Amino acid sequence: MDFDPVLLARLQFAFTIIFHIIFPSFTIGLSAYIATLGAMWLRTGNDRYHQLMRFWTRIFAVSFAMGVVSGIVLSYQFGTNWSRFSIMAGNVVGPLIGYEVLSAFFLEATFLGVLLFGFNRVPPWLYVLSGAVVAVGTAISAFWILSANSWMQTPHGYELRDGVAYPADWLAIIFNPSFPYRFAHMLNAAYLTTGFVVLAVGARYLVAGRHIEESRIMLRMALGLTAILAPLQLVLGDQHGLNTLEHQPIKIAAMEAHWDGSKPGDFHIFAWPDEKAGVNRFEISIPKAASLVLTHRMNGLFPGLNSVPASDRPPVTIVFFAFRIMLAIGFFMIASALFGAFLWWRGSLFQTHWYLRVMARCWWIGFVAVISGWIVTECGRQPWLVHDMLRTADATSPVPGATIAGTLALFVIAYGVVFSFGIYYINRLIVQGPLGPETRETGHFSANPISAAHDAGRIAMRQS
Amino acid sequence: MEWYLPVIWAALIGTAVVMYVILDGFDLGIGILFPFARTESERDQMMRTVAPFWDGNETWLVLGGGGLLVAFPRAYAVVMPALYLPVIVMLLALVFRGVAFEFRTVSRSKTWLNVAFSVGSTLAAFAQGVILGGLIQGIHVQNGAFAGHTFDWATPFAFLCGLSLVAGYGLLGATWLVMKTEGPVAERARAQSKRLLLAVLVFMAVVSLWTPLADQRIAARWFSLPNFYFLWPVPVVTALVAFQTWQWIETRREVQPFLATIALFLLGFLGLAISVFPYLVPPSLTVWDTAAAPASQIFMLLGTLLLLPLILVYVGFIYWLFRGKVREGESYH
Repeated sequence: MDFDPVLLARLQFAFTIIFHIIFPSFTIGLSAYIATLGAMWLRTGNDRYHQLMRFWTRIFAVSFAMGVVSGIVLSYQFGTNWSRFSIMAGNVVGPLIGYEVLSAFFLEATFLGVLLFGFNRVPPWLYVLSGAVVAVGTAISAFWILSANSWMQTPHGYELRDGVAYPADWLAIIFNPSFPYRFAHMLNAAYLTTGFVVLAVGARYLVAGRHIEESRIMLRMALGLTAILAPLQLVLGDQHGLNTLEHQPIKIAAMEAHWDGSKPGDFHIFAWPDEKAGVNRFEISIPKAASLVLTHRMNGLFPGLNSVPASDRPPVTIVFFAFRIMLAIGFFMIASALFGAFLWWRGSLFQTHWYLRVMARCWWIGFVAVISGWIVTECGRQPWLVHDMLRTADATSPVPGATIAGTLALFVIAYGVVFSFGIYYINRLIVQGPLGPETRETGHFSANPISAAHDAGRIAMRQS
Repeated sequence: MEWYLPVIWAALIGTAVVMYVILDGFDLGIGILFPFARTESERDQMMRTVAPFWDGNETWLVLGGGGLLVAFPRAYAVVMPALYLPVIVMLLALVFRGVAFEFRTVSRSKTWLNVAFSVGSTLAAFAQGVILGGLIQGIHVQNGAFAGHTFDWATPFAFLCGLSLVAGYGLLGATWLVMKTEGPVAERARAQSKRLLLAVLVFMAVVSLWTPLADQRIAARWFSLPNFYFLWPVPVVTALVAFQTWQWIETRREVQPFLATIALFLLGFLGLAISVFPYLVPPSLTVWDTAAAPASQIFMLLGTLLLLPLILVYVGFIYWLFRGKVREGESYH
């Protein structure tokens, strides 16, 4: 059999990184939510916040473990699969990843131990603070990783000597042109993803008539957050797009399936890009809408795919469709969050069962949007691994295709098993639910709310 | 500066690797000893001794791998393709044992998760030993890139190193359990410590004899004069520490056997460093050949000097927080 090592290395990396990004997208937001619940608990003394905090922490632990182990894999794949990239960009990208480990990874992993197991051993403020430290750690992690990724999209602050990048200006490297936009867009995406998971879980309980008070808290908090962040994401995404147009215009052309740069761009609601002929089939378009968004003028021009040779174009179809999936979910998020907020304002949120039923089924939309967004930006960067500097095909390791194919199969099997069980166990935790007052009676009653909470926590952990 | 920076970085990465081997060593060791536990409640007790720490412990592995990319990208780019299969196997094994930790607290039926945890831990330890052996025995390099075959690493020596590390981590795990538990778990761990200590000493002796016999350069490093005058204490001290470890296990000390095992690991690592330095990828690439640009090494060094002490403080804090024995049936929660 003939194996193409470049394609296989790309498939393997795409598979492991898509699997990985699912968990950070959730844990970045969830840790912040857990810390917020903790702060509310300390401030109000309301035990329900504490119950919810413990509940989400259990789910966090399972998700975080999957994020950690799949993240370790990635830190080694730069070498196993992309060794020529490591040589070429190691001087620049290496320290960014090193800073991530030193400034964030240890922080998260260590204080997670306190959050999971330290409740009996530390005062409540330190317990809640540990949650906040974990949340800050995950955001710092995102900062460095997105800086490294953005440098590959819009490299800056380096000199190239003998095909190897050397750092010239660290601030220019870290804050490279696309980084602020990508960081804001991704961080907001992570918070939105979690917001919709919390919304779905609250809605699911309300529809089932369980944990009424806890669910109302979850719904209010989730809607308060998403009603602001979902519209904000549209603004951030738009700004990110304008930045991409400036630095990676061909990526934008692929996102819009815009072939001929001499005419204004239509926005294609649907099209089937014919990459060989360089045209679209079956177009349904809004005339000049893409030009309006990207150049703010009806007749504004932006580069088309045909302005570069086919060998310098990204795969158009996948980028085009992934972008549409992300957009569709984004608009659905805005609509559903604003509508939910409207129901809340009208006072009928908790009675509008059709809305709750729909939202209970929408826990996954953030994840799909995040994955689609990453497919847009990563596939859109092709054929470059580092934009305009290193082609993906020139960056692989001297490893035979059969080896990569074999390990790819192992990854698919292993991750398939781990992921199935992970989803199963998280669903189990959700079915068990936060332990409200109705289960507290099984433990011995205590007049002190803190120690009562403490007892309920013990019961919760024992039953789990 | 151009001379010192790579040496400083080699020392720092060596430290990260030692931290990893000792810290994740004892929690991988728990997994290696898992099949010998009699009841579910004993296994719970064993797992609880490491539950708050394992995540942080594994982070040192990322620092080791990430550190190699940061400070010695050219070594990273040779070692990873050369040891492709053992590295991937190790990572997958760590995936299974890592998630088994958290899944186990949720799951009702624990059998398969126990298997995943135990097999994952043992396989990860074995793969790490193979990686070490594969590195020591040398990697075929041409024009700064790996030029060998997929299975070059698969030698009897590498497999011997794999077994050695399984025994070594098992010993760390057993002495850790002696320190952190009571009752039947501690008793069994005490008995296992003795057997594992003997196994570790045999493995150390075989590896120590094998490497100079197989490699002229390592033989010259140890046995040429005047090197030998300075180096003879290393094996002697190792033997003394081993004897003392045995004594401490015999006299039912609780903390000392674990600390002495750490000392054995440090001495083993010292011996290794003496054998291979300054080669990062024996037999051809030194720390200077593979170093990152000085600007990159300095930038990262500043961050490390600032952040590493802080990391050590809060890692120390969490070990202090969860100090003391874990009893059977007792929960942290």
